[in-house]
Amino acid sequence: MQPKQAINDFVIKFANVNGTGSASANGMFAKAIFRMGIPVSPRNIFPSNIQGMPTWYEVRVSQDGYLGRRGGTDIMVCVNPQSMAQDVAGLEPGGYFVYDNTKPLEPRFLRDDIHYIGLPLTEICLREYTDARQRLLFKNVIYVGALAALLNIDFTILKDLVSDQFKGKERLITPNIYALELGYQHAQANFSCPLSIHLERGHKVAKHIEDFDNILMDGNTAAALGAVYAGATVAAWYPITPSTSVVDAFDTYCRRLRIDPGTGKKNYAIVQAEDELSAMGMVIGANWNGARAFTATSGPGVSLMSEFLGLAYFAEVPAVLIDVQRAGPSTGMPTRTQQSDILAAAYASHGDTKHVLLFPATPAECFSMTVEAFDLAERLQTPIIIMSDLDLGMNEWMSPPLEFDDSYRYDRGKVLDADALEAMTERFGRYLDVDGDGIPYRTYPGAHPSKGAYFTRGTSRDEYAAYTEDGQAYVRNMDRLLKKFETAKQLVPEPKLKEAEMETRNGAVFFGTTASPAYEAIEILEKEGICIDTLRIRSFPFNEDVEQFIREHDRIFVIEQNRDGQMRRLLLNETSVPVKDRLIPILEYDGLPVTARKIAGMIRNFITLGNVTPITRRAQAEEISA
Amino acid sequence: MTYIKPAFRHPKAPVNDLGWTRQDYEGGLSTLCAGCGHDSISAAIVDACFQLNIEPHRVAKLSGIGCSSKTPAYFLSGSHSFNSVHGRMPSVATGANLANRDLIYIGVSGDGDTASIGLGQFAHGARRNLNMTYIVENNGCYGLTKGQDSATMDTGSVNKKGDRNLSTPMDVARLAIEVGATFVGRSFSGDKEQLVPLIKAALSHRGFALLDVISPCVTFNNHAGSYKSYEYFRSVKEVMPLDFVPVREEITASYASGTTCEVRMHDGSMVRLHKQDSDHDIEDRQSALQAIAHHESQGKVLTGLLYIDRDSEELHDQLGTARRPLNTLTEQELCPGSKFLDSINAGLR
Repeated sequence: MQPKQAINDFVIKFANVNGTGSASANGMFAKAIFRMGIPVSPRNIFPSNIQGMPTWYEVRVSQDGYLGRRGGTDIMVCVNPQSMAQDVAGLEPGGYFVYDNTKPLEPRFLRDDIHYIGLPLTEICLREYTDARQRLLFKNVIYVGALAALLNIDFTILKDLVSDQFKGKERLITPNIYALELGYQHAQANFSCPLSIHLERGHKVAKHIEDFDNILMDGNTAAALGAVYAGATVAAWYPITPSTSVVDAFDTYCRRLRIDPGTGKKNYAIVQAEDELSAMGMVIGANWNGARAFTATSGPGVSLMSEFLGLAYFAEVPAVLIDVQRAGPSTGMPTRTQQSDILAAAYASHGDTKHVLLFPATPAECFSMTVEAFDLAERLQTPIIIMSDLDLGMNEWMSPPLEFDDSYRYDRGKVLDADALEAMTERFGRYLDVDGDGIPYRTYPGAHPSKGAYFTRGTSRDEYAAYTEDGQAYVRNMDRLLKKFETAKQLVPEPKLKEAEMETRNGAVFFGTTASPAYEAIEILEKEGICIDTLRIRSFPFNEDVEQFIREHDRIFVIEQNRDGQMRRLLLNETSVPVKDRLIPILEYDGLPVTARKIAGMIRNFITLGNVTPITRRAQAEEISA
Repeated sequence: MTYIKPAFRHPKAPVNDLGWTRQDYEGGLSTLCAGCGHDSISAAIVDACFQLNIEPHRVAKLSGIGCSSKTPAYFLSGSHSFNSVHGRMPSVATGANLANRDLIYIGVSGDGDTASIGLGQFAHGARRNLNMTYIVENNGCYGLTKGQDSATMDTGSVNKKGDRNLSTPMDVARLAIEVGATFVGRSFSGDKEQLVPLIKAALSHRGFALLDVISPCVTFNNHAGSYKSYEYFRSVKEVMPLDFVPVREEITASYASGTTCEVRMHDGSMVRLHKQDSDHDIEDRQSALQAIAHHESQGKVLTGLLYIDRDSEELHDQLGTARRPLNTLTEQELCPGSKFLDSINAGLR
């Protein structure tokens, strides 16, 4: 079979053993392509383990600027014998299998429809290095060097990246560049470089990416930076994959930006709590006392925080929670992605509760929505939950640069300070709806010597915060909370509508990381004559735009990454969808980010065959349709 | 029991240095059972704050759930209060304290709230040495759900149904000493002479001050056979009396030498106590634990200031936070602005 031809448009996957230093070498590979000006989206597919288990790194190169997963693999770089059988099998016909040929390949790994590139990685390492650790680490750098020749990566960019990476540890630069050259020269000498699949700088790129001012950043770091910009001073958290790097990054930025120059003391506090319950309690306590505070967690933490989320909802205390979702239920797949906390977050806690959710789709949105979340939390006096996920949070995404408008001012919400309290002649009612928007006024502890003190509680109370079991007072309060939720509709980020080129009654709704592959799938289908309008939901509660979109389409594909169609259920619950069947679930939940091909396949099947193929039979179906 | 609290003030009611009467430190009318030990503790808190000239608005009251946790409504009505969820007061108090280190934090909890559902948060609040006064109103039972045994119920104690408890009790004072609280006292709701100065000392302490106050439940745990009844506890308590001497005030009380001990607090005030046992070094953790255990082996419960570490590092010291409360930092001070963002973007290309 002829090798596949592709310029700036392919998927390359690295099969490594975790804990061997492959992540930084692979990251350098992706960053080099990014610096060549070619759209790239790398993804770490890693185990819940520190050393010795199979781990993969998938890099999609797309001159059109598609950043979601495409599906399929064109080049497999196999450095891990443990997973070789599945790695050989996963390669598309016409693809390249790059492997360590120090030992001959077992016959069972031979396929006649793919092409083999053998690199004597172990042999080179044994020859060049005596230290076992060095042999392990430099093997990664050597194959990156070889790929530079095979795929036509600009070698000077790689050299610059090495220098960047080892800033402060300069003695490591030369040996790393030497290792790159070992690989590069071996490939140049032994293969006809570049391969039929390769990169070309300046080739027509980036249909979707306006200018190449983009950055490469992970969502967790962006969210952390958002918290810094929003003026968060307190972070309380409990370590959990995949959210841990949010607070780690917040810490890093605070050490740089929040040290009092005079005293060297910290103008922030980060506490690692004993569990997620406590983390949320601290966030609530700090917000109650007038500091902006947040926490970051994942599904299991959301379960534990539910009790406190109910308190914050009912007692009307601001809180910001960044939920970096992973595959549940229970411990689930801790290092795999999903969008499966939607309902748990929307209705967290017992009793009648509803929470405001934000759905970022890019690192730029992780940043801007986190800034916005603090305003919303204080304006609405309620928890705001940012629904990120592992794919967005832990992988580096090409993103428009982060932006901040210096004329923007924080909205600290309805807070009566000492002067306002002093000037007040009427009795202060903490839960009194003075403005008719359901949002009462609050005071910070210690604000005024004799006015504004009140009793915060999770028990029923009247407008003046006094305990009551009077049913009427309870209902007034619950209805006011509902009114406040209506007010929220006008404040939360609006959805993004994208209409098809031709008028259509087909619609698709998606959110977060499903957006990239969904937009790509819609374009694949459009080329086949299937037109679909799309709406990217960016927040809950749903506003009138969402209602209108549902009204104006006869069938709406709700694309999401969970088993139960949680967003679909939320739409059925919280909008006036006239017929349940109007919303068609398009679901993926195997823990890997959904691919454009899978989405296109499912929608195509529904339109042509009238049903959606169940996930168990979908793997084959997808390969056929590809 | 009357349902309207009289607003009448005696024109000659004594005032403190702030010009406020004791009545100014009171709260709403208690809805607890008549004779409940918790009301005596609320009264002791009122006395302590009045006598210490604390401005009520500089106090934040926090509690969990249960009879005890209702009591912040019954004292210091001029203070903000947060009645949180069951067993979770310490975390809310931690967050509040992180936001504003300048307020005085009083937490009120019960034995169910602290020793069962909230044991983890209690222990971690203590080990972080959170600067607060944490009062456990300990009656050995769940009053608000009608008298079930709590984790502090003593082995051998008989509950209202007649069942004898065979489990080991949780001693919150000993636990607090073990996990890092820096001020630990035990007292009795019926002993105002000891309790008021102990609360004053706890409020003056910088760090986590735990007070385990035995506070009999008159409705469900005050019968014969209960080890937490008024009668029984009076018979077993071994009292270490103490005086609290505020800053710059002359010391008047006098005790027999040898067992008298004076402790200068962080803020300059003084605690003077009369120990039961001259070997008990209240500034030594092991000695304090031994003194408690020794009395227990004699069938007695030692009350008073059991342990103090005067110069410990509270949570803010551990974290290295600035002296100025975090909630007073302005947008200008906190937001790095677009220029810094440009440098961030540049570093991500």
